[in-house]
Amino acid sequence: MTDLLERFRAGERRALARLLSHVENRTPFGIQAERELYPLTGRAHLIGITGPPGAGKSTLVAGLIREARRQSLTVAVLAVDPTSPVSGGAVMGDRIRMLDVQSDEGVFIRSVTGRGRGGGLAPALCAMAHVLDAFGFDLVLLETVGAGQDDVDVARLADTTVLVLVPGLGDGVQSLKAGTLEVADIFVVNKADLPGANQVVRDLQVMQRLMVGAAEQAPILSTVATTGEGIDQVLRAILEHRRQLESHGQLTERTQRRLLAEARYLALEALADQLDEVLETLPAEDRASLETRQLDPRTLAMRLIERLRLSFPASRS
Amino acid sequence: MAKQATPATRRAARSRPIRVLIAKPGLDGHDRGAKVLARALRDAGMEVIYTGLFQTPEMIARAAADEDVDVVGLSILSGAHNQLFPEIMGQLRRAGLDDVLVIAGGIIPKDDVPHLKALGIAAIFGPGTPLQEIVRFIREHAPTRESEE
Repeated sequence: MTDLLERFRAGERRALARLLSHVENRTPFGIQAERELYPLTGRAHLIGITGPPGAGKSTLVAGLIREARRQSLTVAVLAVDPTSPVSGGAVMGDRIRMLDVQSDEGVFIRSVTGRGRGGGLAPALCAMAHVLDAFGFDLVLLETVGAGQDDVDVARLADTTVLVLVPGLGDGVQSLKAGTLEVADIFVVNKADLPGANQVVRDLQVMQRLMVGAAEQAPILSTVATTGEGIDQVLRAILEHRRQLESHGQLTERTQRRLLAEARYLALEALADQLDEVLETLPAEDRASLETRQLDPRTLAMRLIERLRLSFPASRS
Repeated sequence: MAKQATPATRRAARSRPIRVLIAKPGLDGHDRGAKVLARALRDAGMEVIYTGLFQTPEMIARAAADEDVDVVGLSILSGAHNQLFPEIMGQLRRAGLDDVLVIAGGIIPKDDVPHLKALGIAAIFGPGTPLQEIVRFIREHAPTRESEE
C-alpha cells in the first residue's frame, strides 16, 4: 500500500493510474493518500473546459495538448462523460479525439463518469486533480459538459475556465439562460468556419456589455478545433489569464475560494451521509406521527439535525 | 472499519462499476460490433472507454493502464489477430497489467482459439454471441482490485 505511494512519488505512471482509482472511489487508502499528497499540490494550472455536448471540447483539448507540448508543458486531462441515469453505466469516447497525443509520456488522459459516487462529481474531480497536480503535471484540464448546476460548480473549481460555444445552438437568449457565462474567463467560439459563428461572437460582445465581473472583459476567441486554427491563441490566453491573476494578486484569493468550495462540498457530503444514517434508525413512531399529522416535517428535520453525530467519516475509518 | 459499514462505505462499494476498455486493433474499419457491445455493457451499468479505430498495441496498453480498467475487450475483423494479439498481451504485461481480464471478439477461426487462449485471452466470442452472455462472463471474471490493496 505504502509501496504504491512510493512508486507514485518516484513518478511511476501506473502508480498514478491506480491511485486515481483509489481517490475516485474513496477507498480508505485513497482518502489517506489524498491527505499525504496534499502538501505537494498547488503548482499545476487547473483549467476547466466546459460547453454544450458537441461543441468540440475534446477536439479543442487535443489541440491544446499539442500546443502545450510544443512549449514543453506536461498535460493531464480529466475528461468527464455523462452517466446513463437508468443503468449507471457510461460510454466514454473522448480519447478518440486525442489519439495522436496519447503515446506521449508528457500527456495523461483519464475518462471520468458523472456517476453519483456517494456525492457529487465535483469533489471527486477535485481530488483527482490534486493527485495529478502532486504528480507534477504543469497543466491539468477538466473537460465537462456545461449543463446543470454541478458542472457550473466544476467550472468554479479551476484557476481558468474556458467556455466553448458553437453556432447553431439557438440565439443569444439561450446563453443568457445557460448561467455558465458568468464563470467564463475565456470564451471560445469553436467551429468558426460554420455560418453563424460571427453572430455568436457578436451576441457574446453584447452580453459582455451588460455583465459585471470577470466575464466582462473575458477574451472572445474563434477556433476551428479540427484544423487547429486559433488554438495557439487559446493556450496563450489561458496562460496569460493566470499570469494576470498572479500579477494583480488575485490568484491567492481565488485559490482560497476554490479550496474552500471543495471543503464545503466534502462537508456537505459527510453531513448527507450521516443524515442518511440517522434516517435509517428513525423510530417507527416518528414516521407514523408524520403521517397522522402530529409531527410536521420541519420539526422532525430539526430533531434529525440534533441527532447528527457530527464527525467526519474519513477520520473514523 | 469500526463497527458496521456506514452508508457511505456501502454506497461507495455499490457505486464502483466495472471499467472496460473496448479497443479496435489493426486496420479494419468495422466498428459496429464494438459499438453495439459498448452500448450493451453501458446498459449493464459498466463504464466503457471506447478508443476508436486503428489502435496499435502500444496505444491499447497505454489506454488500459492510464484508465486503470478491469477489462480489455478487443474487436478484430481483419484476420490479423495471430499477429496483433501476442503483441497486445506483451504490451499489457509490460505496462504492469497482469491482472486485467482480456476478452476478444470478431472473426476468429476456431483453430486459432487454443493458441490465443494460451496467450492469456480469457474468452473469444464469435459472431452471433448473445450480448448477455458477454455481460455475464465479464461480471463473473472481472478482477476486483480496490479491496485487495
